[in-house]
Amino acid sequence: MEVEAAKMIGAGIATIGMGGAGIGVGIIFGNYLSGALRNPAAAAGQFTNLIFGFAVTEALGIFSLLIALLLLFVV
Amino acid sequence: MAGTDPIKQFDIVELFSFGTIGADAQGVGGFDLVFTNSALMMVVTVSLISGWLILTTRGRGLVPSRLQLVSEVSYEFIANMIRTSTGSEGMKFFPFVFSLFVFILISNMLGLFPYFISVSSQLIITVSLALLVMTIVIFYGVWKNGFKFLKIFVPSGIPLVVLIIVVPIEVLSFLSRPLSLSLRLFGNMLAGAIVVKVFAGFVVSLTAMGLVGIIGAILPMAMTVALTGLEVLVAALQAFVFTILTCVYLNDAIHPGH
Repeated sequence: MEVEAAKMIGAGIATIGMGGAGIGVGIIFGNYLSGALRNPAAAAGQFTNLIFGFAVTEALGIFSLLIALLLLFVV
Repeated sequence: MAGTDPIKQFDIVELFSFGTIGADAQGVGGFDLVFTNSALMMVVTVSLISGWLILTTRGRGLVPSRLQLVSEVSYEFIANMIRTSTGSEGMKFFPFVFSLFVFILISNMLGLFPYFISVSSQLIITVSLALLVMTIVIFYGVWKNGFKFLKIFVPSGIPLVVLIIVVPIEVLSFLSRPLSLSLRLFGNMLAGAIVVKVFAGFVVSLTAMGLVGIIGAILPMAMTVALTGLEVLVAALQAFVFTILTCVYLNDAIHPGH
């Protein structure tokens, strides 16, 4: 297989990892929403934790995006 | 294809050069002192922020004017964030955290305008900011707590057997903090700019195909508008995320040992 083609395929496979981050972010916001609807008074106090969890989860997806970009433009 | 290449927009071009310093007689080595478009965007960002803050707080009325209120609300926003995540002890870091937030927010927002680039989509800028944060956290933590700073790697109330597994994980997670802090901002701004450019590229190549293409280009055009709206949200959210993570890490330096 040509190296150029292998890079393209590898970059495509690497972006699958972002799907996992998407699921994780969805779980975080979904659970926050269901919790907030049960107890709206406590929702505002947990906003910081929500954003923190979102940021930590999203970073893992960004890592796989970075691998794809590295494969396409650097390697 | 050259006009719609989505990566082309991140090219750093030289605007003018101050020459080279430190090179030897043959012109080998040394640094090129060059004013680039990235540096220009940083100057624009900083002068916008300084101008805004200086102009709006010049009057300092007891009953604030509308513009003064914008400055006061942004002050309160960051001050509340620091107070809730680090306690009032963290307020000595207010100038640093406020500068970080406003700089990242304005540079993210400026990247949405045509012909402007976002400096936070350059990896070197975000890595510098993240390393600055981590350097301050480590130095302040060691200076204030001394040897006790190492307690951030040892969560309290955990049996000794479990600690053997937990401590390496904590060390690893601490070491990956600057990496994830910088890559998150960089990746979000880069990916957002690329996606908008790709859809805008569809508009250009479709309209070149004549009347049918122009009708077909309505869809990607609407998508570009919608994505720009999403990018405004992402720009504000990422500035907020970077700032809140800075507060959380500063909290570790101020109160180690969970």
